[in-house]
Amino acid sequence: MYGYLFRRLLGTIPVMLVVAVFIFLMLRLTPSDPAAIIAGDNANAEQVAKIRGQLGLDRPMIEQFVIWSGKVLTGDFGESFFFKKTVASLIGERIEPTLSLAFFTILIAVLVAVPLGVLAAHRHGSWVDRIVMGFSVLGFSVPVFVIGYLLIYLFAVYLNWLPVQGYQRISEGIGGWVQRLILPSVTLSVIYIALIARMTRTSLLEVLSEDYIRTARAKGQIERKVLFRHALRNAAVPIVTVIGLGIALLIGGVVVTESVFTIPGLGRLTVDAVLARDYPTIQAVILLFSFVYVMINLAVDMMYTLLDPRIRY
Amino acid sequence: MHVIRKAILAAACTAALAVAATPGFAQTTLRAVMHSDLKILDPIWTTAYIVRNHGYMIYDTLLAQDEKGAVKPQMVEKYDVSADGKTYTFTLRDGLLWHDGKPVTAEDCIPSIKRWAAKDAMGQKMMSFVDAIDMVDAKTFTIKLKEPTGLVLLGLSKPSSNVPFMMPKRVAETDPNKQIDDFTGSGPFVFVKDEWKPGDKTVYVKFDKYKPRSEPPSGMSGGKVAKVDRVEWRAISDAQQAINALSKGEIDLVEQPSHDLLGTLKKDPGVDVIVSPLAKAQYVFRPNHLHKPFDNPKIRQALWYAFNQEDFLMATIGDENYIKPCKALFICDTPFGSTAGTDAILTSNFKKAQELLKEAGYDGTPVVLMHSTDLKVLTNLAPVAKSLMEKAGFKVDMQSMDWQTLVARRTKKDAPDAGGWNAFLTAWVTADVMNPVSTGYLNSACEKALFGWPCDPQMEKLRDDFARETDPGKQKAIAEAVQARNIEITAEIPVGEYVSPIAMRKNVKGLVTAPAPVFWNLEIAK
Repeated sequence: MYGYLFRRLLGTIPVMLVVAVFIFLMLRLTPSDPAAIIAGDNANAEQVAKIRGQLGLDRPMIEQFVIWSGKVLTGDFGESFFFKKTVASLIGERIEPTLSLAFFTILIAVLVAVPLGVLAAHRHGSWVDRIVMGFSVLGFSVPVFVIGYLLIYLFAVYLNWLPVQGYQRISEGIGGWVQRLILPSVTLSVIYIALIARMTRTSLLEVLSEDYIRTARAKGQIERKVLFRHALRNAAVPIVTVIGLGIALLIGGVVVTESVFTIPGLGRLTVDAVLARDYPTIQAVILLFSFVYVMINLAVDMMYTLLDPRIRY
Repeated sequence: MHVIRKAILAAACTAALAVAATPGFAQTTLRAVMHSDLKILDPIWTTAYIVRNHGYMIYDTLLAQDEKGAVKPQMVEKYDVSADGKTYTFTLRDGLLWHDGKPVTAEDCIPSIKRWAAKDAMGQKMMSFVDAIDMVDAKTFTIKLKEPTGLVLLGLSKPSSNVPFMMPKRVAETDPNKQIDDFTGSGPFVFVKDEWKPGDKTVYVKFDKYKPRSEPPSGMSGGKVAKVDRVEWRAISDAQQAINALSKGEIDLVEQPSHDLLGTLKKDPGVDVIVSPLAKAQYVFRPNHLHKPFDNPKIRQALWYAFNQEDFLMATIGDENYIKPCKALFICDTPFGSTAGTDAILTSNFKKAQELLKEAGYDGTPVVLMHSTDLKVLTNLAPVAKSLMEKAGFKVDMQSMDWQTLVARRTKKDAPDAGGWNAFLTAWVTADVMNPVSTGYLNSACEKALFGWPCDPQMEKLRDDFARETDPGKQKAIAEAVQARNIEITAEIPVGEYVSPIAMRKNVKGLVTAPAPVFWNLEIAK
């Protein structure tokens, strides 16, 4: 297994290299000019050209790539074109809100979706099953921002229970931190609840038809134990896969959610950087996201061996 | 289970302590949502309006224009002009301090003026008249001119980008093409760099040692009294969320609420929607003079007859309360605003436009019209232009893109079918376009002009005449001549004015009528 792990880690290097080349080329080939954006409306061509020179954008593309990739290899992601801060410090400032949002989202999703899926499987064909599956279809279909606005209207504007927007750091108080994360986390978790509940139900239904479940029931095991100890554990591999995929997909979800709820996380940093054509920031964030994606996939694969001892690498 | 209980108890205790530990000081904080997030901090290096607004928070100006556009002393106690109009003597007020506690001196102001003039178009023009700027003593300096010009006062009181903000000597001596990294000003607020989190918030605190003028605030002039202890600019990019937060009292002010949300806001009993007559903007159509078909002046002329302002304004703003059809190039109700010679144009006289196109021998070359799709206030302009131009007989190839792509593409001089362009529409805040020198698109110096590159020696001569003139009456006559010449050469076409109201919580008082949003005099009533 350690050999497998090593090979997988080694395999991330070409993946990251391809991502780096791809994102670098994509940005340089799109019809945009950060220098013109920075210079503002009153700047003439000469002023724009000077800024372009200062940013190093007047150099040949290959030279720009060599300089950038050389710095990245030493852990230097450069300085943002706009913020006059290092990209690493920008990411450092933004990582806590995104991790907090991701943590609460997955927590809510798993805590709600797995029991719902188990319930739906247990009451297969009943009205409970239909409600859960109906919710699941709804959760897949309604865009995140629509759910966000509806929840904001109901809980923040109409009932006045929760704040409309914003983020409070943990260091400024846990109460405020949790309070400000409830609406965005619930908003973002809806799609994952739908996804995980459906997968849990499907996977569990398959396991519940197995002979050993019949045996467990025949020997008088109570239904709760049958469901959670025998069935759920054996149905866990696809559920964990979906949860892992969900965490990876969160990267896309946080972009929208952070924008709607004004959370200064990596998602908003990405949006701001893209709108401003802030090449160093975009490149670093995409590299980071890609790395996280690869690592989550690896972690999920490793989890299989813990959940099912028959799986060996 | 005990462990979980203990963990929950510990979390609850921590939360309670955090609440209890919240400081109980009676500091007043005004939380505002500005039109954009602050990313760059040097108001001389860029012309972006949000950076200009940041500049007004922390810097001060030697002169300033009041709400009627009259030039008033600001940091200076007085200024004298010699009888021959060639020497201006400025004397600073007593008690002016930088945020680090050191006194403001003439030695600081001279490099500040030079740095500004190196970047700003009006500053460059002004400097072409300047022979020398000399320090007389710590409080006094002179600007000696080669020949008289009205640009010294107009330039040093320029209300919008680039504003001639005064900076300490060590900062002002920074290369104008490099950004400053020391944000020491002498304005009514101090920038708190440690709390600046781009994409989240920008923080300013009151500068206790600021010495405001005794006059009441008017425009950018008068007493800049900070009446709140702290100002926070919160970055809320979602227009609807900004309104929700304002309604709930999570923020106190929205600088530019979206026009389509104003109806909702007006019904909110806790919110005031205030129309500041100076917070206006002008839509303009900018043709590219380099390429067919707009390299032909007569074809450009047809545009004046194809367009009408009402269609543009209703398609974009859509509320008669916030629009003003105005054919004056230099903005209605301002010192140089005039509608002379505009009766026959901008009335959608398609027959006349078609005749002009026929006379000009228009061969059906398509007009590549750039359409920006992501800025709501601009999105509907290009489709209206396309429709009106097609009715006049133009063939239009409208190409949609986001604003930042348009910004990059408009700098290209290539032919339209090789990545260049023929026309686009944008908006200027009126403070930028109130006279022939500050109006960037009137620069007709060929290669040196802004994108669109009009080339017209007569226009340049008129602008120089305006710069030389010091008599306001004669300046107005020249401004009218510039407007007439613009109709002939079509450097730009004004397609209407609109106002962007400010929305504030009802307990926020003291908004100053000014061409840029300012935070002095604002207070939060208890």
